[in-house]
Amino acid sequence: MALNANQASTNPIDDVVLTSVFLAFGILLSLYVAANAADPQMEIHALMFAAAFAFGALFLARHVMEEPKAEPGGYAMGVVRAGVFASVFWGLAGFLVGVVIAAQLAFPNLLYFPDAAWTSFGRLRPLHTSAVIFAFGGNVLIATSFYVVQRTCRARLFGGIAPWFVFWGYNLFIVIAATGYLMGVTQSKEYAEPEWYADLWLTIVWVVYLLVFLGTVLKRKEPHIYVANWFYLSFIVTIAMLHIVNNLAVPVSWTGSKSYSLFSGVQDALTQWWYAHNAVGFFLTTGFLAIMYYFIPKRAERPVYSYRLSIVHFWSLIFIYIWAGPHHLHYTSLPEWAQTLGMTFSVMLWMPSWGGMINGLMTLSGAWDKLRTDPVLRMMVVSVAFYGMSTFEGPLMSVRAVNSLSHYTDWTIGHVHSGALGWVGYISFGALYCLVPWLWNRKQLYSNALVEWHFWISTIGIVLYITSMWVSGIMQGLMWRAYNEFGFLQYSFVETVEAMHPYYIIRMIGGSLFLVGAIIMAYNLYRTARGDIRANEQVPLAPVPAAAS
Amino acid sequence: MYETLSQFAQTWGLLLFVGAFVLVLIYALSPANRDEFEKAKHIPLDEEDENGGAEQ
Repeated sequence: MALNANQASTNPIDDVVLTSVFLAFGILLSLYVAANAADPQMEIHALMFAAAFAFGALFLARHVMEEPKAEPGGYAMGVVRAGVFASVFWGLAGFLVGVVIAAQLAFPNLLYFPDAAWTSFGRLRPLHTSAVIFAFGGNVLIATSFYVVQRTCRARLFGGIAPWFVFWGYNLFIVIAATGYLMGVTQSKEYAEPEWYADLWLTIVWVVYLLVFLGTVLKRKEPHIYVANWFYLSFIVTIAMLHIVNNLAVPVSWTGSKSYSLFSGVQDALTQWWYAHNAVGFFLTTGFLAIMYYFIPKRAERPVYSYRLSIVHFWSLIFIYIWAGPHHLHYTSLPEWAQTLGMTFSVMLWMPSWGGMINGLMTLSGAWDKLRTDPVLRMMVVSVAFYGMSTFEGPLMSVRAVNSLSHYTDWTIGHVHSGALGWVGYISFGALYCLVPWLWNRKQLYSNALVEWHFWISTIGIVLYITSMWVSGIMQGLMWRAYNEFGFLQYSFVETVEAMHPYYIIRMIGGSLFLVGAIIMAYNLYRTARGDIRANEQVPLAPVPAAAS
Repeated sequence: MYETLSQFAQTWGLLLFVGAFVLVLIYALSPANRDEFEKAKHIPLDEEDENGGAEQ
């Protein structure tokens, strides 16, 4: 069902004109703001925006002058290749910053530089979280969604140059956010730290992303919308809603970086955790479930275990997830019924989560032997196992009595990383290992042995990370609530910090191993894209076609 | 306002959700959709070229 060439390009002039006007306006506005900036941070960011728009104009000029390359099947895969590159780059950056801040926690005296404020933990921590969630995870989601929606709809991406705008625009947002954190620009909302102008920019990018995705779905040749696309769509739509509502704010000056949220007090807290928990639900869960529903069947060469279960999984997951946020606010001034509601929905969430896990795992039924021979498939299956583990742990921790022990301790950090490193990380690595040979038209990966190394080094890293944080967190919680025989608290806060020191070192080692694994992957993917095959790893089964180039 | 909203949520809201879930179950389990879903689950595997996006 290959698409023919005239379907491939839709009105190239219109979107080029529109983009030119947009870029020209962007450059003028950025220069105006830079000239009248109320603070130096805004001046730097306005200049960065201006430079990015100028770069965009160059990119557009090259795009217009260049002969359109004939893509196999008429699909737009250039933007997916760029997304794969960006994913690996931001992944390495984000994991590295994670190791740095883990080292800062383990050795606070050695890694404290009062003269360089940007190296402080408070600025690097949001850099780490945003780099891994939004830069690495976001680029993986955009790249895979552009790939999967085209392949399963049998239609070229909608919108001419718009997918490239989404790619560059999203990465500009990442750069603005990251440099902002280092300069101390933040609105102090966890996972929503970027200030108002970065938020507005992301809103524009995200709406275009939604239009590209929806437009592609609407012009599909395949009558049925495959379940992975439903998951991607729920991710895009819900993130738009969460992002806009949680970032409603009034800037102090239209040329300054500081703004104040529209919400205050407990309403602010509830909005923030409604946002943040659903960022976990719809960014880190439904988006990556879409990857699971496409890449695991593809890699295992078997259809998904139950398509019916995938439909029930989808609707029950999105209906329940959206209510779970208040479990972040147990024992706060949030009304107790709202806390109970958040807790109840979190416990209910266990069922759709495990339904999805079973669906992913049972896709391998009859093909379990592939786990022995295919390290990429094994990585994705272990990812789904981690999904099951962390979606069991999450509801458990949302129960008020458990939360009284776990909240504000490292147990939360351990929980988050079993989901982030195990589930999100491994399903993304699996997708990247699949995509690079497909996109660069290679028969196989450079080396399966290196995938084995990646898998085992990273897995040991994750196990060290989460077990040390469980022990540290539960110890911390128990020490905080310990009383002596006179009814006084038994430990001062600093004694609990001191007790955590060995676990922080173990965590740092675990994180370093995870980073080493990712470096091995980056090397392997680079050699695969170049078309190399490691000595003695040529797969001899398939006959070599005559025209290899 | 608050009373009205919470009253609605605790009665009609509950019915709405249960009703929506029943509709999802009917859609997912209806024998009329069996063939469509059987075809749909093969969408990723039915691509013209086996090597993902790659064609020589």
